[in-house]
Amino acid sequence: MNSEAPFDEVPFKYSDFTVGAPIADTKAPTGPIAERWDRRRFEAKLVNPANRRGRTVIVVGTGLAGGAAGATLAEQGYHVVQFCFQDSPRRAHSIAAQGGINAAKNYRNDGDSVRRLFYDTVKGGDFRARESNVHRLAEVSVQIIDQCVAQGVPFAREYGGLLDTRSFGGVQVSRTFYARGQTGQQLLLGAYQALSRQIAAGNVELHPRTEMLDLLVIDGRARGIVARDLVTGAVSAYLADAVVLATGGYGNVFHLSTNAKNSNATAIWRAHRRGAYFANPCFTQIHPTCIPRSGEHQAKLTLMSESLRNDGRIWVPKTVGDTRSPELIPEQERDYYLERIYPAFGNLVPRDIASRAAKNVCDEGRGVGPGGQGVYLDFADAIARMGRAAVEAKYGNLFEMYQRITAEDPYQVPMRIYPAIHYTMGGLWVDYDLQTTVPGLFAIGEANFSDHGANRLGASALMQGLGDGYFVLPATLADYLAQAPTAPVPTDHPEVTSAIVEVTDRLKRLLAVDGDRTPESFHRELGELLWDECGMARDEAGLRRALARIPQLRAEFWQRLAVPGTGEELNQTLEKANRLVDYFELAELMCLDALHRTESCGGHFRTESQTPGGEAARKDEEFGYVAAWEFTDGGAPVLHREELTFTEVHPTQRSYA
Amino acid sequence: MNLTLRIWRQAGPDASGALTTYQVTGISPDMSFLEMLDTLNEELILRGEQPVAFDHDCREGICGACGMVINGQAHGPERTTTCQLHMRHFQDGDVIDVEPWRSGAFPVVKDLVVDRSAFDRIIGAGGYISAPTGSAPEAHATPVPKEAADLAFEHAECIGCGACVAACPNGSAMLFTSAKVVHLNVLPQGAPERRSRARALVGAMDAEGFGGCTNTGECATACPKGIGLNAIATLNREFLLGGR
Repeated sequence: MNSEAPFDEVPFKYSDFTVGAPIADTKAPTGPIAERWDRRRFEAKLVNPANRRGRTVIVVGTGLAGGAAGATLAEQGYHVVQFCFQDSPRRAHSIAAQGGINAAKNYRNDGDSVRRLFYDTVKGGDFRARESNVHRLAEVSVQIIDQCVAQGVPFAREYGGLLDTRSFGGVQVSRTFYARGQTGQQLLLGAYQALSRQIAAGNVELHPRTEMLDLLVIDGRARGIVARDLVTGAVSAYLADAVVLATGGYGNVFHLSTNAKNSNATAIWRAHRRGAYFANPCFTQIHPTCIPRSGEHQAKLTLMSESLRNDGRIWVPKTVGDTRSPELIPEQERDYYLERIYPAFGNLVPRDIASRAAKNVCDEGRGVGPGGQGVYLDFADAIARMGRAAVEAKYGNLFEMYQRITAEDPYQVPMRIYPAIHYTMGGLWVDYDLQTTVPGLFAIGEANFSDHGANRLGASALMQGLGDGYFVLPATLADYLAQAPTAPVPTDHPEVTSAIVEVTDRLKRLLAVDGDRTPESFHRELGELLWDECGMARDEAGLRRALARIPQLRAEFWQRLAVPGTGEELNQTLEKANRLVDYFELAELMCLDALHRTESCGGHFRTESQTPGGEAARKDEEFGYVAAWEFTDGGAPVLHREELTFTEVHPTQRSYA
Repeated sequence: MNLTLRIWRQAGPDASGALTTYQVTGISPDMSFLEMLDTLNEELILRGEQPVAFDHDCREGICGACGMVINGQAHGPERTTTCQLHMRHFQDGDVIDVEPWRSGAFPVVKDLVVDRSAFDRIIGAGGYISAPTGSAPEAHATPVPKEAADLAFEHAECIGCGACVAACPNGSAMLFTSAKVVHLNVLPQGAPERRSRARALVGAMDAEGFGGCTNTGECATACPKGIGLNAIATLNREFLLGGR
């Protein structure tokens, strides 16, 4: 098989790009930052309650953002048509979030405030987030906790009956609300229950096991989607006055990640192909405390709360190739590298620093465990200091999970950890109203790019999902609906017909290849390539290698893919293959974005841009912008810059030495 | 490890099903049960055969999607979800039976995939607190005793996997339903709808065709989240207090 054979379906090359007009207007109101959200809400047009039931909104996804948005819009009186590919909205991947949710309640009287949460988030994002959005996020955080408590979310409590909090992710106040290690589950069940109430009341029409495969843009506006019933295979169009994408992140493009197996990029990528700009695609968060892979068979990676770094000490052998078991390595032959390199912060350096340091020692050949892709996280000192009972009380459930997966007892031998792909800060570009560049198409939660900059602080993802879904989108969407046309789209509109044909043809072609490689094998190869060349550390040569290799792999995919069965039944292999088509294109855009951004920033380390001490060197003058990419059919992508201005928090270099 | 699998294959809801035998070789004890099935499916695809359909997603024991009866037990021999069951709990040469959840209220969609939407309809009948967005009082306006919050949390942990139904000889959904009732009814926020909630949820459960509870206790034994039988006792009490 000649894998370099040109493939006529490759519509463009990502090895180059052109520069388009900068983004002039983000719709953020001007004036004092603390008054902008109030002003925007006041200026927003409203829809008369009697007119709302005649307006239909499609919401794709039922996680924290989508579930909250669907429930809230239905409560307000709109007709909501909602989709999830899972069998139940309760299984969206938000359910797996462990740590907690931030809110500027200042219940601890430790100096927290909306302003401080705003400040921490802008700084944590390494000055690549939009100030107006982040301030609004901090404002609504307070309401989120009230709302969740009213729904019966069983947050941790003090004996006096008040809410407990903990500190998280290196901030200096205690603002994280939590429900043991299952905060995401409890918040999601709250949103799911609110949504279920609206489904039972007939205000939300739910389509489970149904996957969005295209966006319908008619007369320049988003007017619906094309979706496939995953059980019958039927491909249908659904029409509406507006479309909301709440489909999560695209970390699964790397194959191995902490994301649920079926999380994917198709909805946002199809929207991108229909005109929505894609912002900062290369901004990926790497989480330092995951359980390392145990072999080739591995399907996904499991994250363990980074709270373990509060008491565990991280080390590797000093000598390359030292394969003795850890208890046989004497103290003087161990390298506690974080404590050595970053004496001020030690094992508690931020996520990006800890991840990169682990990769470096493994690249030197000093990694431990199978394949040398791991470092020790050792609790021996903590057990000696606090006693086993105290360690068990604090981390017992995590130790149990580790033992279940690895069959090693972390009370006896050190845990092994390795960084893994966790969250994607990039996503569809949205303005202050969470509207994409396609009028009537909104993107919320992890599906948009907006609030975390180049690095997300712990316990902020849940905050953004619920904030967007419960409070921000319902206000801004009403403004759009009040002004948008209400004329119904005929179901036989040419755009509808052609989109259905396009989707159906693509599925047929996937089934027709009849080759000798599984979708999984392509996904693994693409993921490994991306991890090596566009993961924690990138350089120009590696990114160019990836940009040369991905089109070859894609061509091979269309020649050698094997998908048994038909399109008219539950066919999980077909679902996977179809998602891969979009991963190939997304992977190229990620590499192009990483290639053009010759600075290190947040979770993204460009090896050509470092300080003399080997730390990440940001280049604010050159790259203080959001990179918003426009898709051009047949041509190179167009880069539109949204210049970021910081009037409230002044950029400073991060240093942890 | 080399294993013999006998897997329930059923092309669709109306097709008849049968156990089909497959051999898998080179299974690592570190694999999860689902990764072992992934291995089989990769081979089946390359042979041009239909891979085994099964529900799965998070693969960390929290989404509740995966579920199958393994050697007669819901989620298999360990008290956890199928995605967190590892092959080290089996022996080289074992014969393993794999079937879908067995309950009339969970019709088979294909192979090991069943339709659990009945659970969603039970929740829709009243498994929530009516608190429209934006109407919430300040979170600290209602103190919740720590014991009540902890009890609520322990029952809110239910992942809706359906193992309780699959394990019950009557196909009863009492453990699932009672977990939600206890979660919401012990909180002060849930008190106004407390009485109607128990009635509504039990009514919905019956309407879906789940069987009655005879305190067999298999549900609690199979529950991967350790929800106990006392939840069912609480539901019965709440139901009786509810009146008509």
